[in-house]
Amino acid sequence: MELFFTMLVPLTIAVIALYAAGRRVDVYSALVRGAGSGLETLVKIIPALIGLMTAVYMLRASGALELLAAALAPVLDRLGLPLELLPLMLVRPVSGSAALGVGAEIISTYGPDSDLGRTAAVMLGSTETTFYTIAVYFGAVGITKTRYAVPAALCADLTGFLASAWAVKVCFG
Amino acid sequence: MTMTVIWTGMVVLSILCGLATGRGPAVASAAVEGASAAVELALSIAGMLCLWTGVMEVMRQSGLADKLSKLLEPALRRLFPQAVRDREAMDSISANVSANLLGLGSAATPFGLQAARRLARNSPGVASDSLCMLVVCNTASIQLIPTTVASVRAAQGCAAPFDILPAVWLASTLSVGAGIAACKLFSLLWRD
Repeated sequence: MELFFTMLVPLTIAVIALYAAGRRVDVYSALVRGAGSGLETLVKIIPALIGLMTAVYMLRASGALELLAAALAPVLDRLGLPLELLPLMLVRPVSGSAALGVGAEIISTYGPDSDLGRTAAVMLGSTETTFYTIAVYFGAVGITKTRYAVPAALCADLTGFLASAWAVKVCFG
Repeated sequence: MTMTVIWTGMVVLSILCGLATGRGPAVASAAVEGASAAVELALSIAGMLCLWTGVMEVMRQSGLADKLSKLLEPALRRLFPQAVRDREAMDSISANVSANLLGLGSAATPFGLQAARRLARNSPGVASDSLCMLVVCNTASIQLIPTTVASVRAAQGCAAPFDILPAVWLASTLSVGAGIAACKLFSLLWRD
């Protein structure tokens, strides 16, 4: 099973390449073009990443996050959510770039194979930038009465955070 | 404007809090560290991230997304009972969901917005049950292979950056399941 997940990346790439070649797609040109568009996306998020990581670094150095974490400790503890991941959970629904920055910081501080590093990674992988998505969708079709969309989306986020902590415990014991 | 308020608030709060807790110098050095850390992060994940967007483009051109979209349609009919008879809306919804599953974010949004426009036709200005369901499904992550976070793990020297996949699938399923359940429940209980 472990070998399967280790080999998943090269196998996925190979299967997609073979399938596409079978459908007469020019696989190599498509790969290079797609990689180019990835670079464009990355360049587009760097400015936001610079702005938000500056603010997040300052906030963390100021001790404000620790004060908040201390205040919320009893609740988080009862829910089985690690205190160290509070900053990630706070920024996740608001900004994708900030969440990526905070998550990367947690992963590098505690190590990618630590429980905290893994939980941060699973949280990033299993949730989305909720408020941004809501703004884009309702903005695009001119909805002003959003009814229960926000509370329902936040239910999904909270469940995602709780489930991430639990899933890491289950999968990595 | 929202981000302006949040960003400025974060900066001001850090200075006030830093001065109050005697950590002013730490805040000052953090202010100059964050920006270069952002560029370092972007560079460290660039290679793997671009490789994946390349593979995703191959997948898009091969028509795999269309196939998946056809497979998903029966299941999606149950989630959008009011839209079942609207062919065009159902097609856009399943294209949106299949692109999200495959991680084709830039393809998913146009399909999603197309579906949203279609669903909003009958109730201008007010989010219908179907539209709430569509939006909530898009605010939950259903991406099968979370490439960005795997790139971050790989950049930190992780030997098996994808070993979190089962945990991600478990957490994603529960999260999107909770979102769907919340939508169904609220659609019965919500009073405007």
